[in-house]
Amino acid sequence: MGALNIRGIRKSFGPVDILKGIDIEVEAGEFLILVGPSGCGKSTLLNMIAGLDTPTTGSIHIGDRDVTWLPSKDRDIAMVFQSYALYPNMSVAENIAFALEMRKVPKPERDAAVQRVAAMLQIGHLLDRKPGALSGGQRQRVAMGRALARDPKLFLFDEPLSNLDAKLRVEMRAEIKLLHQRTRTTTVYVTHDQVEAMTLGDRIAVMKDGLVQQFGTPDDIYSRPATRFVAEFIGSPAMNMITAQRGAAGVLSKGVELATNDAQRQALRSGGAELVYGLRPEDLVFADDGLPGTLTMIEPTGPETYLTAETAVGKLTARVPGNAHRRVGDRVHLRWAAEQAHLFDAAGGQRLA
Amino acid sequence: MNRLTIHRVLLWAVLLLFAAWFLTPMYVMVVTSLKDMAQVRDGSLLSLPTDPGLASWAKAWSGACTGTDCRGLQPYFINSLAMAIPAVAISTLIGSLNGYVLSKWKFRGSEFMFALLLFGVFMPMQVVLLPMSQILGWLGIASSLYGLILVHVVAGIPSTTLFFRNYYIGLPDELIKAAMLDGASFWQIFRRIVLPLSTPIMVVTLIWQFTNIWNDFLYGVVFSGADSKPITVGLNNLANTSSSVKEYNVDMAAALIAALPTLFVYIVAGKYFVRGLTAGAVKG
Repeated sequence: MGALNIRGIRKSFGPVDILKGIDIEVEAGEFLILVGPSGCGKSTLLNMIAGLDTPTTGSIHIGDRDVTWLPSKDRDIAMVFQSYALYPNMSVAENIAFALEMRKVPKPERDAAVQRVAAMLQIGHLLDRKPGALSGGQRQRVAMGRALARDPKLFLFDEPLSNLDAKLRVEMRAEIKLLHQRTRTTTVYVTHDQVEAMTLGDRIAVMKDGLVQQFGTPDDIYSRPATRFVAEFIGSPAMNMITAQRGAAGVLSKGVELATNDAQRQALRSGGAELVYGLRPEDLVFADDGLPGTLTMIEPTGPETYLTAETAVGKLTARVPGNAHRRVGDRVHLRWAAEQAHLFDAAGGQRLA
Repeated sequence: MNRLTIHRVLLWAVLLLFAAWFLTPMYVMVVTSLKDMAQVRDGSLLSLPTDPGLASWAKAWSGACTGTDCRGLQPYFINSLAMAIPAVAISTLIGSLNGYVLSKWKFRGSEFMFALLLFGVFMPMQVVLLPMSQILGWLGIASSLYGLILVHVVAGIPSTTLFFRNYYIGLPDELIKAAMLDGASFWQIFRRIVLPLSTPIMVVTLIWQFTNIWNDFLYGVVFSGADSKPITVGLNNLANTSSSVKEYNVDMAAALIAALPTLFVYIVAGKYFVRGLTAGAVKG
């Protein structure tokens, strides 16, 4: 049995279904990411794990205990909120020790826990300050310290980095990762940022409209997206999506034959006639022959460059290392290998091959 | 003189004019209370006292007659304190508790209850006079200080609840959730997190309630007994007790004595009053 078991969770408000049957199982020590656009139900699900909300049907188990209807304080969990939710009237040390105090842990032990956490997060010099006197990054650390002090079974993070500026966000992301590697506490982390999802997660649940679209490792999700939505949501720049039709011998888009291999053609027989043919930008290469097009936009980022070309099948973005040494208006030819293509059913969005 | 200074001078002139306009009655009261009757009779209203003394203050405090009782305002003042302090404290505490529940522990129908409470804010005081005297009679506390305290607490709860509820709406819900996860109970969250963050609205409510209750005349005159009359009633009786001469200096001193506590509260806590009314206060 896993450390966290979510079974058949549904949540409805009258006729509106927020969650439509969620099943997720996480092993002890794993880092689970719930990712999706706003309104997909990820925060509602996290609140249910935290005990701040209740499902309409379904159950949640932490370890071997059914906690579905247990109050938050009896679940042995700790949570880091998006706004940090530090108690403004207490010092940093009091904030960190508050949960222990509520659980009637004796003062010497509380002090020891505060010292341990402060050393781990390098906030020893801030212990006497009030949260109002801290910077964003420091507040973030204190919020994590408050969660760490109790050594809980489960860590919950609710978009903890979205209030930080870009540079600090990358720093804190790395710290959260290191912290998890050190403590190995089972963690559930909600975010709408696909980079955070990919970098932090052992396993990712991509959610949309109250359903888990795909649940798997970051590699699964990136290299074999289960639906068109997952394919477009994960990865930046987003996957190129070409609307196409099943032809006699393969896949056709606006009269252009798109490369497919035997396995893909085999899989296509079961699907409908209308398809979406997806290509990751890094799988496109410039060559002397192939699909012709004209460069319409060049975006250098330093280590790599994104080039957008107008072709017969529509706009395609390619991603090449370093500086591309090309100019807008250049005539180019794009090539790719058939096995790099992702094929989706146009109607349902399911992966075909 | 450039344009800016002209504007400045104009601004100051207008402000001083208004200040004088509003402060003149206060000035007249203070100087009159320091004069003796001879000067009150033949001097002008605005002239300074030639021989200032506190004799009329002493008389107003402990010697003036209201009806046949000549103990001055002192007993009324003490009555008012004994009524206002518990009434203010209890109504403020209940208001903050109500506000906490109505904003952070919403339940089915809590918005409706809040709407009903709001109704109480706008209810004219006269409406409750008869039913309230009935109830005080049943409870056996009619014509006593306890009755007055109860009336003021009940009458104050709608506005204190409104103040606290609107203030607590601004407190982030995540604070409460974090405290719940930390294992704090309903009361622990209230005492350890919510109350310590309430200082500005607490001061506003205390001032509001104290001023209202101290200055109340209607409930004081209707529900008090012979020995539980508040200072507003005492002042009225003192000024209306007919004797051979009208002692304006004593009346003025008495009025100032009656007004001193509210003035004192404003001066001590006034800056919090403005701050609490304007600021959203606890971002961070």
